[in-house]
Amino acid sequence: MLEVKNLTVNYGAITALRGVSLQVKQGDIVTLIGANGAGKTTTLRAISGLLKTAGGEVLYEGRNIANLPAHEIVKLGMSHVPEGRMVFANLTVLENLQMGAYLRRDKPAIRKEMDYVFGIFPRLQERLKQTAGTLSGGEQQMLAIGRALMSKPKFLMLDEPSLGIAPLLVKTIFEKIVEINREQGISILLVEQNANLALEISQYGYVLETGRIILQDRSLALRQNPQVKSAYLGGA
Amino acid sequence: MLPRSQILLLATVAASLGVTMFSDGIDPYFLLVIKNVGINIILAVSLNLVNGYTGQFSLGHAGFMAVGAYTSAAITLFLGPPLLAAIGMHGVAATAGLFLAALVAGGLVAALAGLLVGIPSLRLKGDYLAIVTLGFGEIIRVIFRNVQSLGGALGLNGIPPYTNFFWTFTFVALTVYVIISMVHSTYGRGFLAVHDDEVAAEAMGLNTTRYKVIAFVVGAFFAGIAGGLYGHSQRSIDPQTFNFVKSIEIVVMVILGGMGNTVGVILAAVLLTLLPEFLRPIAEYRMMIYSLLLIVLMLTRPQGLFTWRRAKVQPAT
Ligand SMILES: Nc1ncnc2c1ncn2[C@@H]1O[C@H](COP(=O)(O)OP(=O)(O)OP(=O)(O)O)[C@@H](O)[C@H]1O
Ligand SMILES: [Mg+2]
Repeated sequence: MLEVKNLTVNYGAITALRGVSLQVKQGDIVTLIGANGAGKTTTLRAISGLLKTAGGEVLYEGRNIANLPAHEIVKLGMSHVPEGRMVFANLTVLENLQMGAYLRRDKPAIRKEMDYVFGIFPRLQERLKQTAGTLSGGEQQMLAIGRALMSKPKFLMLDEPSLGIAPLLVKTIFEKIVEINREQGISILLVEQNANLALEISQYGYVLETGRIILQDRSLALRQNPQVKSAYLGGA
Repeated sequence: MLPRSQILLLATVAASLGVTMFSDGIDPYFLLVIKNVGINIILAVSLNLVNGYTGQFSLGHAGFMAVGAYTSAAITLFLGPPLLAAIGMHGVAATAGLFLAALVAGGLVAALAGLLVGIPSLRLKGDYLAIVTLGFGEIIRVIFRNVQSLGGALGLNGIPPYTNFFWTFTFVALTVYVIISMVHSTYGRGFLAVHDDEVAAEAMGLNTTRYKVIAFVVGAFFAGIAGGLYGHSQRSIDPQTFNFVKSIEIVVMVILGGMGNTVGVILAAVLLTLLPEFLRPIAEYRMMIYSLLLIVLMLTRPQGLFTWRRAKVQPAT
């Protein structure tokens, strides 16, 4: 599905990614963990075309999409939920979801997609006419994920969906992520601080440190890895 | 939404035609003020598309107004009369046609200027637009000051008084109609999305640069129209008319009206055009009181005087 080879990204004089390589197989959930500032967000943004890359390749379904504009990449069936729940604060919940289907013209199919989103997050349906800026943090995260689903992606990238959300709701949201993956067959690249949960629901994992992948393995194995345990799983 | 606003559009045009036909008895000074109100509404509502709805910051609206004013005045002064004579047309219909063509040409040239300024500066993220448009407004004035065929520093005089109540409010109605229809369409919600979060909008597949450029060019077009109406109402224009202060005046109307709120911006344009006129009897203190009032309003209602609908909410971070 996705293969990133030797990706390099600079912010001016600062090099944020130094040759990152990773792979997401069709139908998998793959997680990318790492400390603050490791370059996780940068990796996702470079893949989805929000950032220019300085080197390397982003092969998506066999095609190199590095440095394609973001709106072209969305057309290829890739959807990105950016870090920090960036909903359109002045638009209603309904309008936000409609923006998610921005590139689609098929009204009945969009309607079906919306029903699917309401099935996963019934709360959104209850708040259809509310301006998104007045939703609670958790509701905004649901909206951000729902909005990304509206484009009917084949490949979904989530940047810290648990950020600033109460533990109970985090669990629900992770269950929904698994549900989306299973029911819709959407491949997922998940970035998380909450490494425990992320490794639990994913098949494969990568550990990023200061712009480099330092470890990669099946998620089950990573959870047993002493290095990962001490650094990312709270030492236990 | 659409049918109702189309009726409103037609009603405004019809009403302004009616008023124009019976405008002989109206005090000319009063009429001039009312036309200025209309022109300022066009300026403020069109800038609101850029600074309000799309969330960019342009400081050069007077520059586009100047481009439209000079273009249309040059047409009615120099190009039009020989042209009409050559094709043997005269009378009311001929001058009306000439004026309409001149206004639209002014709008188009201003839009072209907007495209040239907008494309390079809107592709970059950040506040480049404010700086570039600020520079543009000044450069335009320098250019007009040095083009002797356009009157140089003295400007153009004896412009025919074609701007009447009808033309002014027809274009007011048209501006409001076009911009409201734009932002309320499915496509147009993208302007609001770009305003709320550019990165997220891009991630949804919007071509954000194109949205910003479209908003900017449409804004410039109507500023050009307003410039044409202004020139043919005042009957003389000079580079100094379209200085930085004029741009700021329009920005203040947009902010005071509550960015991205067309009704509020219209009310603010009316208020800020009439206020100095009411203060005219106390001439020495006029600008002082005007400035003081602005400061008080900004401090007490930073969200805009007339904001009541869509509450502007900061995105949660
Ligand atoms: N716009 C920017 N300009 C300059 N440097 C940046 C910019 N964005 C990120 N960086 C730097 O790039 C590095 C990687 O940042 P990134 O946001 O990718 O980290 P992250 O792994 O997502 O961290 P977090 O877990 O805190 O979200 C950091 O050192 C950061 O300071
Ligand atoms: Mg991050």
